Amino acid sequence: MTAALRFEDAALGFGGRTLWRGLTLDVEPGEFLAVLGPNGSGKTTLLKAVLGLQPLSEGGLTVLGEPPRRGNRRIGYIPQQRLLDASTPVRGVDLVRFGVNGTRFGLPLPRRRDRERAAELVAAVDAGGYASRPAALLSGGEQQRLRVGQALADDPPLLLCDEPLISLDLANQAAVSALIDRHRRARNAAVLFVTHDVNPVLGLVDRVLYLVDGRFRIGPPREVLTSEVLSELFRTHVDVVRVHDRIVVVGAGHEEHEHAGRLP
Amino acid sequence: MSPLFDFTDYGALLSLVSSSLIAGALLGIVGGLIGFFVMARDLPFAVHGISELSFAGAAGALLIGADVVTGSIVGSLIAALLIGLLGPRARERNSVIGVLMPFGLGLGILFLALYPGRSANRFGLLTGQVVSVDTPQVAVLSVVALVVLVALLLIWRPLLFASVDEDVATARGVPVRTLSLVFMVLLALTVSIAVQTVGALLVLALLVTPAAAALRVAADPLVVSLLSMLFAVVSMLGGILLALGAAIPISPYVTTISFVIYLVCRGIGRWRRRIPTADVGFPP
Repeated sequence: MTAALRFEDAALGFGGRTLWRGLTLDVEPGEFLAVLGPNGSGKTTLLKAVLGLQPLSEGGLTVLGEPPRRGNRRIGYIPQQRLLDASTPVRGVDLVRFGVNGTRFGLPLPRRRDRERAAELVAAVDAGGYASRPAALLSGGEQQRLRVGQALADDPPLLLCDEPLISLDLANQAAVSALIDRHRRARNAAVLFVTHDVNPVLGLVDRVLYLVDGRFRIGPPREVLTSEVLSELFRTHVDVVRVHDRIVVVGAGHEEHEHAGRLP
Repeated sequence: MSPLFDFTDYGALLSLVSSSLIAGALLGIVGGLIGFFVMARDLPFAVHGISELSFAGAAGALLIGADVVTGSIVGSLIAALLIGLLGPRARERNSVIGVLMPFGLGLGILFLALYPGRSANRFGLLTGQVVSVDTPQVAVLSVVALVVLVALLLIWRPLLFASVDEDVATARGVPVRTLSLVFMVLLALTVSIAVQTVGALLVLALLVTPAAAALRVAADPLVVSLLSMLFAVVSMLGGILLALGAAIPISPYVTTISFVIYLVCRGIGRWRRRIPTADVGFPP
């Protein structure tokens, strides 16, 4: 079976600055990879490289067996939640429809197949109760469910998620990650999940890629998320504390390291 | 003092303005439709900026004896492309517009001041002159309107996707930047034909108010755009018909009708509580 994603000695940088280099990594179908690290460590840029929006500066990358290219319909993309302006002229279901036919040029004649597919997706993410409401009036959690529906429109074998749980409450974090996980299992899809807080998805993660200042570590959470490994990555003393089933990282002077923000 | 309304000989007048009515209806349809995207892309201020440069272009054409419609199209295309290229982000865009707008208006006033012809022509560009639109002009307006209409329909879905969610649209391979420039060109064309009819100062009444009104009462993109077109056509035709019986320009009628429609829609929207007013804000 070909890897969903294969980085071969890849490096990425722009403007004379290298974000990371020497990245060799295979993500298998069905694997859940969390991408962690402080702001500016190149997590989002990594997603852009996979989407074909940002060329690597060195090395190789294959996405589902082919070189990265823009507009690959076999990739689903879930962005972070953002509030929509009140003048946004769409309903919840229209967000899902963007996934079905939003990239299609030509006369926007309604097609039954598109409408039915959108209805299926709305049902699949349990959004039937509010899909016909104006999108700007939906809560963050409702909006994110619909965005998951949008991303699943083409039944993609690879899901890229860029902080999809940010600013959601705990119940909605769990609901949205469950929807993502359900698709992963049903489709044996690979998931690349960029997040600043691993806790909401800790039970789902197979491996983490932890990026800090161009250095990185890859491995199962219990091997990477330790005081020893993170202290080495951050080049300063870091304590990783397990409280019940949560991981809390306490950095010495590393306020930008956001797991610390989860402390009670 | 001329009366606001005087409907003697109305039938005879009506036959004289049939071409204006056609121009008005077309402009209403295109203006209402593009207004839908103006709202979706948060561009009302850009519309105002483009119309001032369109006015400068038309005034310049008037001064040198060139075709006024061509002049206004050139002016608005320059403005739209500058805004599109220099200010892709909202914040930059607004400052680019704020810089361009007074310059365009000043330039236009300079051209008009130098223009030796009839003063009615001068103010027509600022306040509207649809009743004086003649047949060849109607032909030009119709062609431009049709081009914009067809182009908008062809790029409808990707444009709406890019307008609502630029990041995801980019990730999905929608050519967001190209679409944005194409849209600015279509907007420029629409503004320049609107300047001919309602005048540079009041283009917003046609390109923004109807769509803003429609958004108060609907959220389905199809319904919003149809309502927006309906409101714009009603304002245009109503304005032309009312202006016939008066000696004042068409624009106050158009803007008043369009404003009343907006107020009514706002009232309905508030009553139905489907769309909150800006000061209510969003649930957390």
